[in-house]
Amino acid sequence: MRPARDGDIGQPADGSSPAGVPAAPPAGTAAGSLISQNADPGGESPGAALLSLRHVAKSFGAVQAITDGSIELYAGEAHALVGENGAGKSTMVKILAGVHQPDSGTFLIDGEPVVLHGPAAARDAGLAIIYQEPTLFPDLTVAENIFMGRQPLRAGRRIDIRSMRARSAELFERLGVPLDPARICRGLSIADQQIVEIGKALSLNARVIVMDEPTAALSALEVARLFEVVRALRAAGAAVLFISHRLEEVFEICQRVTVMRDGRQVLSSEHAGLTAADLVRAMVGRDMPDRSAGEQSAPGQNVLSVEHLTREGVFTDISFGVRAGEIVAFAGLVGSGRSEVARAIFGIDRYDAGSVTMSGRKLRRGSPADAMAAGVGLVPEDRRQQGLVMDMSIQQNMTLASLSRLRHAGLISAAAERAFATDWATRLQLKYGRLADPVARLSGGNQQKVVLGKWLGRKPTLLIVDEPTRGIDINTKAEVHQMLSRLASDGVAILMISSELPEVLHVSDRILVMREGRLTAEISRADASEETIMSAATGQIQAQAS
Amino acid sequence: MSATLAERRDPAPPPPDPSSRRLTERVFRVRESGILAVLVVFAGITAAIQPRFLDSQNIQFVLINTTVFALLALGETMVVVSRNVDLSIGSVLGLSAYLSTRLFSQVHGIPIPAVFAVGLAIGLACGVANGLMVSLGRVPSLVVTLATLYIIRGIDILIVGGNEVVAQSLPNTFANIPQDTVLGIPDLAIVVAVIVALGAYYMRSFRSGRELYAIGSNPDAARLAGIPVGKRIFTAFAVSGALAGLAGVLWAAEYQTIDSTAGTGYELLVVSAVVVGGVAIFGGSGTAVGAAIGALLLSTINSALNVLGIAPFWDQAIAGFLLLLAITLDRVISLRLAAALRLRSSHRAS
Repeated sequence: MRPARDGDIGQPADGSSPAGVPAAPPAGTAAGSLISQNADPGGESPGAALLSLRHVAKSFGAVQAITDGSIELYAGEAHALVGENGAGKSTMVKILAGVHQPDSGTFLIDGEPVVLHGPAAARDAGLAIIYQEPTLFPDLTVAENIFMGRQPLRAGRRIDIRSMRARSAELFERLGVPLDPARICRGLSIADQQIVEIGKALSLNARVIVMDEPTAALSALEVARLFEVVRALRAAGAAVLFISHRLEEVFEICQRVTVMRDGRQVLSSEHAGLTAADLVRAMVGRDMPDRSAGEQSAPGQNVLSVEHLTREGVFTDISFGVRAGEIVAFAGLVGSGRSEVARAIFGIDRYDAGSVTMSGRKLRRGSPADAMAAGVGLVPEDRRQQGLVMDMSIQQNMTLASLSRLRHAGLISAAAERAFATDWATRLQLKYGRLADPVARLSGGNQQKVVLGKWLGRKPTLLIVDEPTRGIDINTKAEVHQMLSRLASDGVAILMISSELPEVLHVSDRILVMREGRLTAEISRADASEETIMSAATGQIQAQAS
Repeated sequence: MSATLAERRDPAPPPPDPSSRRLTERVFRVRESGILAVLVVFAGITAAIQPRFLDSQNIQFVLINTTVFALLALGETMVVVSRNVDLSIGSVLGLSAYLSTRLFSQVHGIPIPAVFAVGLAIGLACGVANGLMVSLGRVPSLVVTLATLYIIRGIDILIVGGNEVVAQSLPNTFANIPQDTVLGIPDLAIVVAVIVALGAYYMRSFRSGRELYAIGSNPDAARLAGIPVGKRIFTAFAVSGALAGLAGVLWAAEYQTIDSTAGTGYELLVVSAVVVGGVAIFGGSGTAVGAAIGALLLSTINSALNVLGIAPFWDQAIAGFLLLLAITLDRVISLRLAAALRLRSSHRAS
């Protein structure tokens, strides 16, 4: 299905593949008054760029993460870095962060070559990084998280806790978020954690701010606030490097874009004159197949029925069913209680009232083992924390939910385990080095495929997927969508939680909308539009109740 | 999941919600005052059965007994907070106790501060060795200090052989240190209390102190935040060693007969005291003051059993029981706390 892309990252596809866009030099004209003349990545106009990485390479053992990475950032611009998973974006970020040092190539700040020996050096050079996965200290307060290592001091080099909290409160005010600087970070939602990270970057008054998928966990309103912040940073003369898989965001907020594919820069240009299709073509090296609507299959018997499910203070009176061969989407704002309902169905959380029935059999509450025995699989929202054991190998993660079927006389057969993992790695078109590599080494999209493979290997009758494509590139996203459609046509019932409306509209047969812990609407595919879903999710109109 | 911005629809951000702060603070205060409450109840019951328990002499005995433990607990707290453990302190204490006090018979008229300095230096050397292996060698501290626990004890046995330092060889001024009191409180207890307070203040109010908590809370994030992780951990082990060396000299002054078994098994008692005192065994939270109270609780129990004439076997059983209780409580409290904070922020929306 995917020509010429199935090699692992160690063997990058040739940059000038037939359908590929040749690496274009950046356009020369400045769009905004703040953007200075662009330089060729080879570079003969030093001093113009605030920061530039030119022809850098970086490899880890046998895996060449970056073969020829270049990027130039100018004061006052928001610059998008896009590319598929495994294209080398995260490695570029880590080079900017001082975590990795490039094997070759040049790194200039203000036209001067620099070597960043560590994160502290990057910080001192005026670079702030917001990582894709929040990197917080759960036991420390929000204010300490923001100022760790650079806390305001009073006499005797003691930390001035009062001023630290006041300055944190100011930052949150700028962001328009009511976070308490004195609370500890444990228990913060992913969105709130992301806001703490953004506050941290703001507090640095950095000249270059790198945001690695800052919007993946944010709601629309939070994204809008973040964009205001980005605009303010630009106005203050900072350069923002913005990494996102959501191309509409890229077009909204950025002036220039750099595309990476297979470890090299394939395009660096201003947005003017570019379309989303151009970017996608540059990213995947070919035209994307037309994403036809998922095949409508005739749904069968009710597999899952949930009746009057209630958990005090979390969700109330939730009733719905999912039939075999049907994809039901759970839409709503982040925090509306969708994931919590899924966790209750799967038995991770207890519920106070109601019942969950699978194919006519009532499930014991609070027992994931019972749910699994009844054929339920759950692909959780947070794959790093809940979906994978990051230190274990790809193979071990894949087989984790199917160990009982790989057993011979009580021992796990290594051969059977390997065959199982190889089979699923092929079917899911996984990009990996060796099956024995730790799963942490895979890119985000490939990690998600491993989680999917882990559950598909059990041949579930009901698969619950929570944000299945968060932080995954477009191509892998399409693959995941196809996989879900194929599963449904094989008769699997699918309950998909998603905050991305295009995904909800594209993939599902029926849409349930939750708001503040209640089911507020059930919308058929025919009636569904972004407007009907959003109005039910935000409570603007009360659609027909379930 | 907590509330999102969409649900916090106030146009202007309201002032930070103080209720969640009050909740966390209350729980943390409870954590230390909880141990204090156990201590008071325990002392009360014992005193009701045997009033002799509250004699000033017995109280002094308990306090003196605590000084060694509290010093060790301070160093151990610094190490445990950074998600490490120092198991070598019992052996360090033994080596320092013997080598420093042997000087009294080897060097005539040696000033007492010099003996303390030698003990401290011996401990510091051991701590530096531990710290180098953990921070530079990247060997897990459990393995490193388990090894040095045996190695240092082995060196101790090689040096001491069948000898011992006996009370007669110690000058009176040194042997009397534990007896000196101010207003009925042993001088030593005051000095150690000041040291513990300074240590706790350092960990609370200085950058490098807070960085220990950060490292223990999330080591990867600490590296990304530019914290010199190796250097901080090295320092924690060096301080723990130095304090163990100092504690060795105090131990010698207290027991006055030092052979090659001095301090055997102290490492686990101290780790228990630290955990009972509210320091999270996987790092990130807890205070030196709590750990010192934990040490006080353990020596109070020891003394109470003694006074009540209960077989000393129970001492260790009770210490173990308290340890389990502390860890279970810690777990329950943090789970409840996380749930409460989550609930609170989701309620804030409605």
